[in-house]
Amino acid sequence: MAVAAPSLGNQGGFRLSAKAQERLAGFTFILPALIIIIAFIFLPLLSAFLISFTNWNGLQPPTEAAGVGLANYARIFGLDGTTVVRDEFFVAIKNTFYYTLGVVPTQTILALVLAFIVNQQFLRFRGFFRVAFYFPSITSSIVIATIFLWLFNRNGVINGVIGGVANFLGLQYTPVTWINDANGIIHNFLRLFGLTARTAPAWMTETNVLGQTIWQWISGPSVTMLAIMLLAIWTTTGTMMLIFLAALQDIPRQLYEAASVDGATRWQQFRLITVPMLRPTTFFVLTIGLIGCFQVFDQIYVISQGNPAGTTKTIAWIVFRNLRDSQAGLGAALAFVLFVIIAIFTIFQRRLVGKTVQQ
Amino acid sequence: MSTGAIAQQGFGARGFALPPNTGKIVRAVLTYAVLILFALAMIMPFVFAVVNSFKELPDIAANPMRLTPGVRADGTPYSWTLQGYERALTTQQINFPRAIFNSFFIAILVTIMRVLFNSLAGYALARIRFPGRGFAFAALVGTLMVPGIVLLIPRYLVLSQLGWIDTYWALLIPYFADAFGIFLMKQFFESIPREIEEAAEIDGASRFRMFFVIILPMAVPALTAMAIFAFQGTWNDFQGPLIALNLNRDLYTLPLALAFLRGVTGDAIQWDLMLAGSVITTLPMAVIFFIFQRFFIEGVSYTGVKG
Repeated sequence: MAVAAPSLGNQGGFRLSAKAQERLAGFTFILPALIIIIAFIFLPLLSAFLISFTNWNGLQPPTEAAGVGLANYARIFGLDGTTVVRDEFFVAIKNTFYYTLGVVPTQTILALVLAFIVNQQFLRFRGFFRVAFYFPSITSSIVIATIFLWLFNRNGVINGVIGGVANFLGLQYTPVTWINDANGIIHNFLRLFGLTARTAPAWMTETNVLGQTIWQWISGPSVTMLAIMLLAIWTTTGTMMLIFLAALQDIPRQLYEAASVDGATRWQQFRLITVPMLRPTTFFVLTIGLIGCFQVFDQIYVISQGNPAGTTKTIAWIVFRNLRDSQAGLGAALAFVLFVIIAIFTIFQRRLVGKTVQQ
Repeated sequence: MSTGAIAQQGFGARGFALPPNTGKIVRAVLTYAVLILFALAMIMPFVFAVVNSFKELPDIAANPMRLTPGVRADGTPYSWTLQGYERALTTQQINFPRAIFNSFFIAILVTIMRVLFNSLAGYALARIRFPGRGFAFAALVGTLMVPGIVLLIPRYLVLSQLGWIDTYWALLIPYFADAFGIFLMKQFFESIPREIEEAAEIDGASRFRMFFVIILPMAVPALTAMAIFAFQGTWNDFQGPLIALNLNRDLYTLPLALAFLRGVTGDAIQWDLMLAGSVITTLPMAVIFFIFQRFFIEGVSYTGVKG
């Protein structure tokens, strides 16, 4: 290929103009990649969008599926009077929301703090710490989920460590069944104050909002979900720390030097130089964190498959389960709803972070 | 430096009768304590998994926290063993050696093709004027926004239409190019001075020769970084093969094989086998990581700058 083309141009016979050669080269260069991206991302998305308006079961040829208009979307939001799909969707919304709310702020703050620490001038063995923090993120999600499933075993290492610490402090610790505990952690917390499903006021336990009572809505993530959240934080914090670290090191030293010459205190330097300079990176980290959380799937697949009691059903999980259960049309509709949710949150987040920039 | 000096002044100004360096030392100790604690939290799960993968099954169940073989109830000691690895490689439930082959075969082929296609496309977008360039660029930008999970059903739809479900094609062809890699290459090629190409053009070299003989050799660091990311992404991918393979377990990659073994064993998980399988799945990535550390760390910085 590399040889044939120039000989074509140089040896007479017929000559392509320089411009035509340039065009030909352009097409040839871009075409392989473009075909793949159009065939396996663009066309699929388009056809899946169409499929979301049918009752395609995923097995028959899609052309044989019957059009159902907006019925799939109506079922998701319960607009057709049925509640089965709607209730599951809102359970998934609740679970995904609690998951994201726990994971994104924790991993971002932890990553930021660690980046500040690693960035200190005097620190040695920086390379070692970087490697240690980054290693989890190059490992297969399935491997990490497998290892965590084992660590969070009832007789596993996590309970062993907590038990050891409790013992050392002279406290009692009943091992938690991490992987099979549907109790919400906010419910658990409220129980300390004597508030349970039985003692909660009637307006909480009897008002049904979108398939769940208010009491159920405020459950918080289940203990099992908490274990999966810890896994996620553990995996991603290192990567995000490195992203923050790169941004910190990109801030020109002269800015700080100039500021300290002008008599700025350390706190002022932090507030007026570091924080604004880190803002684009913070937005980036928050956004990829959010997008990642909304899509949590692999860990759920290995650890809990939506169990116990549906407390680890996430939106991504029910998308997959609908495909598996021959409800591909409904699954496609759910996937697009998820797409819209992600887009809205990303835009909202950009606005929010953008606003604080101006202050 | 300057920040450290200010901190020290702060300590001094409070008038405690402390030795002048106390603040610095306290800070250093605290820093290292926090970092070591976190580093341990990051590393220990792997250490526990690796160590236990070399222990006997009852020993794993009874003494998961011991980093050496434990002791039976009757007082006799357990020993180190390769049983987990043997069982993983010989289990009847899944062809694990085949999964190792599949993982390598797919990851290597995808890496080679993706490096080729992405760099060709990146170069075209960076340097060549041709009609439709704007459209191609817009199409690529559009796909960057699509979350992976949204593609799950669409991908299945197209693969089943092509009759590729349960074939290698489905695990290979869709991954031969990706928008993010094309952008990385485009950015890289834009950073190469135009004069180099102009000189080659005067010498009568065509675009093809210019690209393969002059430009590509200059791009080796960028290509290496992209190759590593392509290999890592393909090696660790779970959702892609999960959708593409329905009945044909012979084509399972390592992550799929592991998830399958966890599924079929239900609550009676054979941990020696699972931990050994996890170690086997991680080892190639770990080796690549330690060899090419620099590229990983720089790659992350690059994504950070991008945002």
